[in-house]
Amino acid sequence: MGAPAFLLQSSPTDAVLWPLYWLLGLWSAFLSWLGGVTGLELLQYGFMHRAVLVGLCIGVMAPLIGTFLVHRQLALIGDALAHTAFAGVAVGLFLNAVVDLGVSPYLTAVVVAMLSALLIELISEATDAYNDVSMAIVLSTGFALGTVLISLNAGGLAVGINQYLFGNLSTVSAENAAILLVLFGVVVATVAVTRNQLLYVTFDETAAAVSGIPVGWYNRLMVMLTALVVVGAMQIMGVILVAAMLVVPVASAAQVASSFRSSLLTSVVLAELAVTLGIGVAYYGEATAGGVIVLVAVAIYVVTVLAGKLRSRLGDTTAADVGRISAEDESTAD
Amino acid sequence: MSEADPVVELADVSFGYTSARVVEDVSLRIDPGEYVAVVGPNGSGKSTLMRLVLGLLRPDAGTARLFGDPAHKFDDGARIGYVAQQASASKEMPITVREVVRMGRYPHVGFGRLSAEDHRIVDRALDTVGMYDFADRRITNLSGGQRQRAFIARALASEADLLVLDEPTVGVDAESVDAFYDLLESLHADGITVLLIEHDLRAVTEHAARVVCLNREVYFDGPTDAFVESDALARAFGTAMPVGGDA
Repeated sequence: MGAPAFLLQSSPTDAVLWPLYWLLGLWSAFLSWLGGVTGLELLQYGFMHRAVLVGLCIGVMAPLIGTFLVHRQLALIGDALAHTAFAGVAVGLFLNAVVDLGVSPYLTAVVVAMLSALLIELISEATDAYNDVSMAIVLSTGFALGTVLISLNAGGLAVGINQYLFGNLSTVSAENAAILLVLFGVVVATVAVTRNQLLYVTFDETAAAVSGIPVGWYNRLMVMLTALVVVGAMQIMGVILVAAMLVVPVASAAQVASSFRSSLLTSVVLAELAVTLGIGVAYYGEATAGGVIVLVAVAIYVVTVLAGKLRSRLGDTTAADVGRISAEDESTAD
Repeated sequence: MSEADPVVELADVSFGYTSARVVEDVSLRIDPGEYVAVVGPNGSGKSTLMRLVLGLLRPDAGTARLFGDPAHKFDDGARIGYVAQQASASKEMPITVREVVRMGRYPHVGFGRLSAEDHRIVDRALDTVGMYDFADRRITNLSGGQRQRAFIARALASEADLLVLDEPTVGVDAESVDAFYDLLESLHADGITVLLIEHDLRAVTEHAARVVCLNREVYFDGPTDAFVESDALARAFGTAMPVGGDA
């Protein structure tokens, strides 16, 4: 069907996402060709084309944001926002069931997760409570809201809720893949533009404030980007495991990287490795993709910890847990 | 701002996090090129005073001005170099000394990339503090003294006019403390204004030209020699304190 005819017959959301559907078509054609060349069965299905694309995007944007979160000791915020995204999914399903709104639950999840992200910051600022307190409050509230909405309309909602809790390769629709591409573009572009400020705020919040960076705004930006990543990753990772992609590859990279720049790149490479291996193993092993991806990521983490220990034994002082430079070294710098 | 204008000017400043005042009726003027140390017992309001000076807190009463502007509205962050006891990031953060010093250029480049000239300024700052050979090491693997020198280099890279240091030698060994203060003195000799919040009275009396003794209010403000001779310390601390110990 040509573009004008498609646009006339489609919903407003589809009309907006049409260029991305076209890109998805190209991607699918490429993977079909690759499947033909390599003989890989999993590349011969349209749903797997979308799942692989979503996985690859998650492998970039989750560690990209996770690097800033982990080093600010905010690793658990992903978990909190995933639970609120679950509430957002429940809101979408509820509205669709009750008033036949026809909205993607992932869109309502984006909205609820972003509002929740701002709520975490608001609670922290208004009550001077530690961030983990505000995260715990928002996490519990989000999950409670989700379970209540599902119980109100159990017949209509409970059927599909497992895919959101545990993720599912086969349920990534073209619409959801297109939404993820939008989220991917927003997250990557925002980090690319604000990388200097995000790094400064992450490393030394007070010095960043003194240098004129509006720290409060960047804190809010960071939690909102986290919300976008969480919703994007939820499709194949599921609510329960989504936070792992924000944390585990970053923790692995920190073991072996010698600089912030290299830790960012390494964490993306390791995340992509976990995603591609995880999807492959999950497909052929008929297991849940989210769980397998996390297990692969954790296995990589164990390897990097051992590699870091080995480097420190061999005397490479760039590894994370190497002892401090000796006084003799210090005197040479004077 | 003209040459004669003060870098820092507090007029009758009071502040409290609750109804109790942490800082009360403090007036302070620091002119360009001065080296001023603020001393006082724990909980005396030293760090709060520093945050008021930097515009991170707004006074409940009185006015705080920085380079002639209200401190909380001051927006030329490149003119201020800030050195704290330690950075807020996790100890496992893999970041090199060079990456930290580059942050000093961020107020100049904003959302852009560092130019070749920015990189030259960073290299020069590293060289000035004697950390060029350590530039590609992870900062968390350095000793306390080396880390503080890296933070000074960050301030130099930003081409700051005012250097504000909040107890920079906590946890630093004695030999490195001396080297650190020698570096600070040479930077001051080059014209940079120094505001030092410090607990180490020996370091203050040996290196600063002017001392402000604070315990909620100002007990002394004048030349270091006069401070050593005065009873301000005993009054501020409520007991006799030998100069040469920790405040």
